[in-house]
Amino acid sequence: MGQEFRIIVLIKQVPDIEKVRFDVDTGRVDRSSAPGETNPFDLHALEAGLQIKERFGGSITIISMGPRQAESSLKDALARGADRAILLTDPRLAGADTIATAKALAATIKKLGRFDLILCGEKTVDGDTGQVGPEVAELLEIPHAAYVCEIREVTRESIKVVSDMGDKYLYELKLPALLTVTRELNSPRLPTLKGLLRAKRAEIEIWTADNLLEYASIDQLGFQGSKTRVTKVIIPGVEHRKGIILRGDDAVKKISEVILREVLRR
Amino acid sequence: MSDILVYAETAGSAIHPVTFELLGKAGELAERLGLKVSSAVLGYNISDEAPELIYHGADKVYVYDDERLRDLNVISYKNVLVRLAREIKPEIFLLGATPWGRSLAPRIAAALDTGLTADCIDLQISEDGRLIQVRPAFTGNILAYIETTSKPIMATIRYRVMKKPPRDPDRRGEIIARKPEGIDEEWVRCLGKISEKRVSLADAEVIVAGGRGLKRKEDLRLLEELAGLLCGVIGVSRPLVEEGWISKDHQVGFSGNVVKPKLYIACGISGSPQHLAGMRDSNMIIAINNDPSAPIFRYADYGVVADLYDAIPKLIHSLTEAMSREGRSSRRA
Ligand SMILES: Cc1cc2nc3c(=O)[nH]c(=O)nc-3n(C[C@H](O)[C@H](O)[C@H](O)COP(=O)(O)OP(=O)(O)OC[C@H]3O[C@@H](n4cnc5c(N)ncnc54)[C@H](O)[C@@H]3O)c2cc1C
Ligand SMILES: Nc1ncnc2c1ncn2[C@@H]1O[C@H](COP(=O)(O)O)[C@@H](O)[C@H]1O
Repeated sequence: MGQEFRIIVLIKQVPDIEKVRFDVDTGRVDRSSAPGETNPFDLHALEAGLQIKERFGGSITIISMGPRQAESSLKDALARGADRAILLTDPRLAGADTIATAKALAATIKKLGRFDLILCGEKTVDGDTGQVGPEVAELLEIPHAAYVCEIREVTRESIKVVSDMGDKYLYELKLPALLTVTRELNSPRLPTLKGLLRAKRAEIEIWTADNLLEYASIDQLGFQGSKTRVTKVIIPGVEHRKGIILRGDDAVKKISEVILREVLRR
Repeated sequence: MSDILVYAETAGSAIHPVTFELLGKAGELAERLGLKVSSAVLGYNISDEAPELIYHGADKVYVYDDERLRDLNVISYKNVLVRLAREIKPEIFLLGATPWGRSLAPRIAAALDTGLTADCIDLQISEDGRLIQVRPAFTGNILAYIETTSKPIMATIRYRVMKKPPRDPDRRGEIIARKPEGIDEEWVRCLGKISEKRVSLADAEVIVAGGRGLKRKEDLRLLEELAGLLCGVIGVSRPLVEEGWISKDHQVGFSGNVVKPKLYIACGISGSPQHLAGMRDSNMIIAINNDPSAPIFRYADYGVVADLYDAIPKLIHSLTEAMSREGRSSRRA
């Protein structure tokens, strides 16, 4: 068998969404209120990569763009079995929307050279867009499949996957290709003790915008390269709910009246 | 005059209903911004559907009817739509935020090097005539107002948040048959649909949803009975899908279905942010939970603090009685 199978996994560190504080009055999201964790969907992307590597050999490179503290997510990925980790971190990359993010990630991938498969999460829990993966695929001019819930077959030339778009479709993609994966795809393994020790010693490679200039100009990146602007954020309250709490014997009767009145009669 | 372009999604031969909602919204925006509404439909044997797009608000419909577009091939579809967008240079380009739309749109946006806003629930026009896109983020915890600085302004729009316009069969427009170019038969092959969605939660008017408050898989029958009574369908929180009690089609939430029924009854569901992200916009929410501090109560119109095993059978009983009384009285009337 010729060259090694090269897998790239795109990972983002996100705030633990259960702990973030949202200020209803000011519309502020206080990211510092929550510890960072790896975007849950991305762990499934990594697991898919690890399983393919187990079968084919090869290597897994993790790429993440974010602030310096995202290093902990990269260490965690190494502890789970990834081989190499690159953190893109630079104030000039900050404030990127999906297209500017995709350009930075695509430039990084181009710089790394040959690859066979790129794995992403279905979406992030903070951005919620699911756009970065397909955008990276377009920029690299490779096919992609989104919402992958099953990987049926992998060869050196192609991959067969099931895409869950409500109805499920079987697709065959020529490699190199990109997949965005759902949480149904697999159950992510935990780091092993050996992995943790290895990760502790391992270096996270830190790249800045300067590393990307061969493949992207500075005005395509970060806030400057973004084509969308968030002009306002509101934290939707729940005021429009009646908030009537019922207990005891009468509760069911009342609810049944409400249901009949509001829903069945219209 | 320049256009608002609406992609008409087809799965098989039928047009996805989100398309008509988009045409309605596009018509509204077009009137205020002095634009026209165009639509593009791709597929095989879909030409007969094109007039429907006009009846719902399109002024012009570009039809790409070709056997090679029968399957949803993301590269072919992207190539065709990118060519069209380069030719007609729309101001605004809207797609449904269905899974297919959300897979296709970002490729088009990247090819056109333009901004794309995902999963919008509202489009507004500012006083000075700029388009403002409103979308949930942070797992549905916030609403972000977004403006795009490039053209076309692209957005995917959630199903069932915009109003479907009335169908007007007297409406006239232009239908333009086109030959697709840029068909890909090499990079992606669709080997077929391997399973159909069993329920469409997004279309349901009533959803009776169960969570970890249910003790056994068999107890879903209790919810089925209630749902049956209300002509509704069963929804669940994610753990029940993970347990293998029911298929993922039934999952409500951030990584499942986003729903907006007339009535959502949450039974034994705590109200995690990921669950709320899928149902918080329901018209009416009723929660049944035995823990008075469960977060779901803060999002409910009516909260019943009770054991669901006690409350639901009583509710079924009470509804059945009331309905048979109704039946009798309406016969008399
Ligand atoms: C990335 C990510 C995506 C996710 N996506 C989703 C998603 O799409 N949908 C989703 O639902 N979850 C999702 N989750 C999981 C989510 O975080 C919660 O774990 C889940 O929603 C909890 O389900 P639950 O409310 O049924 O269970 P629990 O939180 O355990 O709540 C059970 C509730 O039942 C009540 N109860 C117990 N017994 C009774 C009784 N006899 N009568 C009445 N009430 C009773 C309890 O008081 C409790 O409030 C996701 C998580 C992550 C990290
Ligand atoms: N800053 C980032 N660094 C690395 N990967 C990212 C980044 N942002 C998004 N991704 C990848 O793209 C997927 C979709 O993200 P999003 O479009 O933000 O919902 C994520 O699950 C990641 O795999």
